[in-house]
Amino acid sequence: MSLLIGSLTLGFILALLALGVHISFYIFDFPDMTAEGSITLGAAVAAVLLAKGCHPLLATPAAFFVGGMAGAVTGIQAMKFKINKLLAGIMTMTALYSVNLRIMGRSNIPLMNEKTLVTEVESLSRRLLGTSTINLLHWEVSSRDVGQLALCPLLIALVALILYFFFRTNLGTAMRATGDNAQMIRAQGVDDGTMIILGLAVSNGLIALSGALLAQYQGFADVQMGIGMVVWGLASVIIGEALVGTRDLGYTITGAVMGSVLFRLLVAIALRWGMNPNDLKLTTALFVFLALITPKMIPYFKARLRRFAHA
Amino acid sequence: MLEIVGARKTFHAGSVNEVRALAGVTVSIPPGSFTVVIGTNGSGKSTLLNAVAGSFLLDEGKVRLAGQDITHWPEHGRAALLGRVFQNPFTGTAPQLSIAENFALAARRGYTRGLGWAVNAGLRRQLGEVVAQLGMGLEDRLDTPIGTLSGGQRQALTLLMATWQKPQLLLLDEHTAALDPKSADQVVTLTEKIIARQQLTALMVTHSMQQAARFGDRLVMMHRGQIIEDFAADRKKRVRAEELLERFEELRRSELLDESAAEMLERCYV
Repeated sequence: MSLLIGSLTLGFILALLALGVHISFYIFDFPDMTAEGSITLGAAVAAVLLAKGCHPLLATPAAFFVGGMAGAVTGIQAMKFKINKLLAGIMTMTALYSVNLRIMGRSNIPLMNEKTLVTEVESLSRRLLGTSTINLLHWEVSSRDVGQLALCPLLIALVALILYFFFRTNLGTAMRATGDNAQMIRAQGVDDGTMIILGLAVSNGLIALSGALLAQYQGFADVQMGIGMVVWGLASVIIGEALVGTRDLGYTITGAVMGSVLFRLLVAIALRWGMNPNDLKLTTALFVFLALITPKMIPYFKARLRRFAHA
Repeated sequence: MLEIVGARKTFHAGSVNEVRALAGVTVSIPPGSFTVVIGTNGSGKSTLLNAVAGSFLLDEGKVRLAGQDITHWPEHGRAALLGRVFQNPFTGTAPQLSIAENFALAARRGYTRGLGWAVNAGLRRQLGEVVAQLGMGLEDRLDTPIGTLSGGQRQALTLLMATWQKPQLLLLDEHTAALDPKSADQVVTLTEKIIARQQLTALMVTHSMQQAARFGDRLVMMHRGQIIEDFAADRKKRVRAEELLERFEELRRSELLDESAAEMLERCYV
């Protein structure tokens, strides 16, 4: 049960990563590799601030702003200096590795004894529920886990709603149009370069926020924690697309969140079945590969089948 | 008022693909004029339009529009003064956004874009009235993605978007060339109606001699990056499509002569 609750909570936390990846890869059509650095950046900033005694409600949003700056750096490289988009992201990601080490001062910061959002939730849920464990469908679960599971969806729903409304404003609509048709938006008087820089800032801000929550949830920030995050985010977005389609802004945002949760559930099931955790990234990469080629393969197989039927 | 002075542009300079697209073009278009530009393939007529729109910066020369020197303005900066309709009917609209959202973007052309609601009730009401005039039944489909519409419908909407905020100059770049004859006819009629009603200054590139003869109060003919004919006022009114075709044929023949003459000279002297 606690594995289920844990993977649901993780799914909601990483939904912010999925939203960020959705913005850069799908809305802006920008293969942004910064994510791998900015998720760690968010974790590092939040961890250092928390270790210094900063209130979690301040330390967590701080990660958003620092992550936004990292995204803007990639955007400026790509749009103002015309550097290849993939390379721009990889350069920021590489640079962030040093930056993260500088921020943290070492490769790992434990948060076990700090006041974090997790401890806040823990004390809150203990006060509300009165006990440290509760009986949920005949399972004994700690009230801390239940509190986290209750809070995370609320937080993510809030962020998703803000994002939804933002993309419906004049500025947000111009940003969506930039990824859709850059020539069109220039003809409407919008600097597409600025829109992409701003969009990457929002995207990496969300990803860093995800990192800040992740660090608090798992109880430490580690300089290696970003590796493979882009592919994880993509897997979530692809699952989300399969769930809700690509129809409308509201659907795609909801889809990214649902996709992230479902993806973590699938991972938990796979691990439970005895998959070696070391194979997780290989499996995810294969999954994304299959998900990306399947739509292209279906017409091919249909044609083959038709020829077969005629013969 | 548009003024182009001594505009020159060479693409791929110094390579085998070097193209002198504009070889010293000077033209001025007074307010309220509807000027049509025709020319052979590669004559630089679309390049001239793109030079005004700011798709690239000129090698030499100046562009002035509405009293401002816009020679060095970026494309998105010039957009505040310009309405544009492109040859490709899919270029002027954002396919995944709805009809209403596309118009919301057009409604802010030349203004800053903040955190105000993009598609508001006022815009929606106005939009319903304007779109209904097209007679395409699109007023009931304002929330459908514009990418699901036909090329003709999208081009008609692009034209409405380009003129939603009255532009100082409307640029039409062979905007009916990619449409089927019926849609092309609809869009051309709509173009004429909007230009007359809003008393717009317009610059239209076309490949159709019929359109060139029928529309506008001035006709400019381009060849090899230069303006070679300028029919204005009465002369424009009298001009017929056949006449224009004859003129092109003449050009073609003189060009053939040039080449064979050059060859002959080469044979004699090299």
